[in-house]
Order: sequence, then structure tokens, then C-alpha cells
Amino acid sequence: MTTTTTGPIEGYIQTVPTLTREGETVTIDAQSVYYKYVNEAIRAAIADGAKSIVLNNVNGQRYIGTGIKGADITITVNGTPGQDMAMLMDGPTLEVFGNAQDGVGNTMNAGKVIIHGDAGDVLGYGMRGGRVFIKGDVGYRVGIHMKAYEDLRPIMVCGGKARDFFGEYMAGGLLILLGMNSRLEGPLVGGYLGTGMHGGAIYVRGEVEPWQCGKEVGVFTADEADLADIKPVLADYCECLGMNLEEVLSEPFTKLVPVSHRPYGKLYTYL
Amino acid sequence: MPTTLIQPEFLVEIDYDKCHKCGRCVQQCGWGVYSFNERPFPDDTKCRACHRCVTYCPAHCIKIKKNDLALRDNANWSAEQRKNVWRQAESGGVMLTGMGNDKFYQSVFDHLVLDACQVTNPSIDPLREPMELRTYLGRKPDSVEVESDGKGGYRLKEGAGIAKNVKLDAPIIFSPMSYGSVSLNVHKSLAMAAERLGILMNTGEGGLHADLYPYQDNVIVQVASGRFGVNPEYLQRGAAIEIKVGQGAKPGIGGHLPGEKINKEVSTTRMIPQGSDAISPAPHHDIYSIEDLRQLIYSLKEASGYKPVGVKIAAVHNVGAIASGIVRAGADYVYLDGFKGGTGAAPAIIRDHIGIPLEIAIAVVDQRLRDEGIRNQASIIAAGSIRSSADMAKAIALGADVVAIGSASLMALGCHLCQGCHTGCCSWGLTTQKAELTRRVDPEWGAERLTNLVHAWSHELQEILGALGVNAVESLRGSRERLRAVGLDAQTCEILGVKPAGL
Ligand code: SF4
Ligand code: SF4
Repeated sequence: MTTTTTGPIEGYIQTVPTLTREGETVTIDAQSVYYKYVNEAIRAAIADGAKSIVLNNVNGQRYIGTGIKGADITITVNGTPGQDMAMLMDGPTLEVFGNAQDGVGNTMNAGKVIIHGDAGDVLGYGMRGGRVFIKGDVGYRVGIHMKAYEDLRPIMVCGGKARDFFGEYMAGGLLILLGMNSRLEGPLVGGYLGTGMHGGAIYVRGEVEPWQCGKEVGVFTADEADLADIKPVLADYCECLGMNLEEVLSEPFTKLVPVSHRPYGKLYTYL
Repeated sequence: MPTTLIQPEFLVEIDYDKCHKCGRCVQQCGWGVYSFNERPFPDDTKCRACHRCVTYCPAHCIKIKKNDLALRDNANWSAEQRKNVWRQAESGGVMLTGMGNDKFYQSVFDHLVLDACQVTNPSIDPLREPMELRTYLGRKPDSVEVESDGKGGYRLKEGAGIAKNVKLDAPIIFSPMSYGSVSLNVHKSLAMAAERLGILMNTGEGGLHADLYPYQDNVIVQVASGRFGVNPEYLQRGAAIEIKVGQGAKPGIGGHLPGEKINKEVSTTRMIPQGSDAISPAPHHDIYSIEDLRQLIYSLKEASGYKPVGVKIAAVHNVGAIASGIVRAGADYVYLDGFKGGTGAAPAIIRDHIGIPLEIAIAVVDQRLRDEGIRNQASIIAAGSIRSSADMAKAIALGADVVAIGSASLMALGCHLCQGCHTGCCSWGLTTQKAELTRRVDPEWGAERLTNLVHAWSHELQEILGALGVNAVESLRGSRERLRAVGLDAQTCEILGVKPAGL
């Protein structure tokens, strides 16, 4: 690897790291490399025909996988990636062995993100397709404004607990909260659950209190048909994260769906 | 009980002696004013004075008059305020309206005059002398380094890291108006005209329809909080990307396109299901600070191959500090939208009472960026009721690089400012998705009219530059010494950085 410490941002390596290639796998050592050059290296590897990319020593570099295309590409992240990982991603599979920060899957189109630790706030903002699986806890405003379009149905499963505004403004897709792998005190999910929701469905493994829910949602106990709908998703989740499907399904789920697709339809008078 | 206390705003009078009974008025009216039974019968209550019927009546026998029904004079309670109380007592709703602020606020532009050359410095004749209107949108370097090209000349030093700029042949662009709020034919007209003029149109927050792909080099693609139509391909297509934070007509208010307007084509372009409301909340939930904004700017650059990324904000108080933060966050331009800017739909109370005048915002932003030594790092686009080339010249003299025109461009396409855009019934086929109305705009016809308008303003701007004795629009930018105020108070003059006339 070339190392230079001169450049506009002190303390970071300012050049594209050397790619180590074995067959279709490219390994990149991201240790102290400025984010721009890590992402340039990923793009260069893909342009060079690599199908599997391993990033080692990731420590806060942002935008990993952002705007990357190609359903046959897998990216393995060893370490802690920075914000907006997999933003606008279109197809690849991105697996993180560690925690992730905020904005994972922002406006993501397709692909799969698997996080073996916890993740932060605003996950899956405006996400339109693909799957985001998180093993542990998540922060605030998770699944905000997730939307669906034709055969694109975004799916996010969070294995731990979630904070306030879970599924806020949700306009489509599937958002599941399991509350199983949590290290957090306090309730399964915070307040304002599904506030402004006008599409899609939220499933919570366990119960939610009326105070937690936005007035735009209807709350039901998930029935057989609902469980049949989410079971394949949960099976995939369990397989990806080494969990037991039967255990996941052993508790009842609460289902939240919007009461209207036009929540503000009657608010206005036309001048 | 009467169902309404509100009398019609306008009276439609037909001179039946002249009427051909051809029924054209019935077809032309998008508001359903007319019924026909051997001759046309108007329902005054529905008329918005859009003049579509008047324009198309072959006999010129339709008159639209103000309903002068006398309400007792009251200097405190205007007739409009009284009607609004009745309306809200009937409906219980927030009043929604279209187009720009129609309340009386002093126009700062109308109180600024431009200087002219006389004996000591000569004016320039723009008909015979070259006049440069070309300008570049984007970040300019703090300094440039050159190296020898080996042939006795110089070139920019390799790897100088100069940010991409977008070339504009005139300092005018078409303001963001989303496909959904306006019709596809309007978007096509704007895109075709932008290409011919060497300028830009802006998608607004509704995505880019496939029919506009051929014009992509002349398109700014917008990213709003709802992320409608935003995917990697969309970002790749734009000449520049714009993060919409605010809009002049409704600062702090999000976008809301009602489900009725989301037909098949709009749904495809926005990538949302047909018939469901398209809600674009006021905040981007991934931006709660300047640091977050920086993160979004750089993710969009990362996803688009480092294209210019601008940020659109509404003119509000303290806008200088906000713009400074935006520039420091890495934006290539700041788009300032003044409080007289147009809108497809906004609560009237917000549109008419929130925000600050554009003129003030331009001056304080330009000054603040200069004071901080970062003015070169971003361009300034000024928008929000630019009504003529004079407004354009004054905006540039106050500190803008470029102006954006929205309402004026719709007027070029026939809009009569009837303020009914939010109903989706626009008789001129502009702010509607009804096929029978949208086909009234032929993109070729529209492009020609828009091209004419921008050409005319460009010529006028050249005349103004000539009168000022400068030969490039870039020499006018921020040249506030060439402006004088007539009838503005001392403090406003100071904030604008403009001397009163006579000094
Ligand atoms: S368009 Fe004019 S002439 Fe024709 S029916 Fe209407 S009012 Fe009469
Ligand atoms: S766009 Fe149409 S509806 Fe809106 S003000 Fe103009 S003419 Fe009226």
C-alpha cells in the first residue's frame, strides 16, 4: 500500500490503497485511508471485474457502498463503517462484521445489507427496495419514509430494540422489530411509532402500548396470513445472522398498518 | 340556512347578440364554468378569471368582470379577510392556494435604480460591441496554478483539482417545478428551451421523466426530503444536483402532491404507487445540522461522480449565517428563494406571511460570504418573483450569479396568474395532469416562447450592461455601487449595501 500523510486532510492516507486480488476477490486495507479513496478503491475493483470485495480495518469511513450497482457483488466490511453506508445502493450484498452508524440504506434501491452488530439513526430513509438486516439495537427514526413501488418492496428487520419515531412517515414496504438481541434498558420501541404512516406494514414482536403509537396507525395482532407473509423474510434473516427461526416465531407479533393512504386529505380547503 | 355566504369573485358576461354559439368556451374552461343548452350559460361562482375562454372565443363576446358587490368599507377588515373568515367557518380547513404571494408588500426591486455611464466613463453599445452573458455555476478555486504547455503558452496545472462547473450561456435558469405539479408538456417545453438556450431547467422534487433524458445535460435534478424519483441513475443524469431544503413560498413547509394528481406517468417518474399522497416532509430527516448537510452533499457527490451539488433554501432571517454554513458544508451553489416565489400549492397563511424579501437575502448572503472570504466557493442563484430583466440585473448587482424564473416561465406558456394551480384544473394545461388539458401545451410551441422570453431578457440585460459601461455580466455581480435606493429607509439601505439616490 502507498502511504502518504500529506494532503488536505491531516492524519489520513490520501491515495487509493493498493488492491490485493485473488481470483475474483479483492482485499482492501482501509486502515487510516480517507473515505474518498476507500470508495474509489471499491469502484476500481468493481470496474476491474471483482465480484467479492473485503474491506479490512474500516474505522468510520463514510459512504461505503454508496451508489454501487450490481446484484452479483458482495462487499464484506470488517470494522465499523461510517454514516450513509449503502446509500442509493442498487443490487450488491454488503455484510458488516461490527456495528454500523446512521443512515444505512438511505434511499437504497436494491441489494442486501447485513449488520452483525447495532446500528444508528435514520436507517433506510426513503428506501425503495432491497433488504436491511440488523442483528442488534437501532436508534431513532428507523425506516422513516420507506416506500414501495411496483415490484420494489423494501424490507428491514431489526433484531434488538428501537428508539422513537420507528416507521415515521412510512409509505410502503415492511419493517420488523424483534427486540431479541438487545443490550438496552427501556421499552421495546419508543414513542411516535408509525407517526404519519400512509403505506406499508410494521411488525413488532411483542406488544405496543397505545401511547407509543402515532394516530395514523391501526394496531392489530398479527394473524396466520400475516405470519405467512413475514415468515420467509424472517427465515432469510435468521439464516443471514445465525438465529433460530422457531424462537423468533415463538412470540406473538403486533401489526401496524396505516388507517388511510391519504392522511391529510381532509385538512385543506381550496381558495 | 344558506350553504355559503361568499358571493362570486367574478361575473362572466356574454353578449349573446355576438355569440356564435360554437361552444368553444365550454370546451376551453378547465373550471367547469359553462354549460350549454343552445347557447352557453356561465356559472359565475366557478370562474377564476384565467381568461382561457376569452382568449379562444371567436366572437370576442365574453367579458370577465370583477364582482363589485359593495361591502361596507372597513380599513381594518379587508373584504378578503371577511371572506376568508366565512370560508373557514364553512369548511374548518387550512386554506390552500397556488402561485406567489399576492399581498401588498413593498417591493425592494422597485425602489432600486441602476446607475448609468456619462462623461467620465463611456457606455458601451451592445449592438456592436461584444457583451458576455456566459457564466459558470459552481465552486471556483481560491487560486489557480498554471504550467507551461511546452509551446510557449500556458495551461492549468495537471491535477489542480478544479471542481466541475456548469456552463450557462445566460444568467437565467428555469426554477424547480416538479412533474406532478406541472404537466409533462411543460417539463418538455422547459427542457427543450433550456437546451436551445444553453441554460438549465430544474426537475423540482418529482423525478425526471424518461422523455427528458435527451436533455439531461441541461437539467438540474432535485433531491427533496421525500426522495421522490431519486435513484443512482437519476443522479447520474443531471448536470448538477440540488438538495431542496426550503421554498420561498412556504419556508419550513414540506411538499404535498395529492393522490388525485398521481396518475400512471407521475407514479412511474416519482417511483411511488398511483393514487397515494406524495408527502415530502419539511425536514430531511437525515439533516439536522450543517454537519449532516455536509454528509448528504458528499453522499450525493459520491453517488454521482462528484457533480456540482447545490442547496436550495427559503429566504429567512439570519440567512447569511445559514448560507455560510451551506458553503462550508461543501455546496457548489446556494439557491435563495424569496418570499414572493410561486408555488403549486401552499397554505395561504404561510405563503403570504412567512419569509423575507429576496433582495435583502441576496445582499446579506453575498456580503457575508465576502466577509468570510468564501464567496468564490459557491455560486448564488436568486429566485422568487423575478419579473423582468430589470429585476434580474438588480439581483445580480446585489450579488447573485444567476436568477431563476418559475412564474415568469409559466406565464410565457399562457399562465394568467389566476392562482388556481392547487386545484389541478388549470385551463392553460400547465398545472394539471388531466390529459384533455395538458395537451393544450405543445412542447415545440412552448419551447419557442420560452426561448423568446429568455432571448428578450438577455438582450435587455446587454443593454443595461452597456449603459453601465461593463461588457460582462460577471462584472455586474455584487456591484452594489451601481445601484441607488429611492424611498428606502436608511437601515434597509445599509443592509442592502446600497446608497440612497443623490449620493
Ligand atoms: S366561445 Fe364565444 S362565441 Fe363560442 S359559444 Fe362561447 S361565448 Fe359564444
Ligand atoms: S398555472 Fe394555470 S392555474 Fe396556475 S395560475 Fe397559471 S393559469 Fe392559473
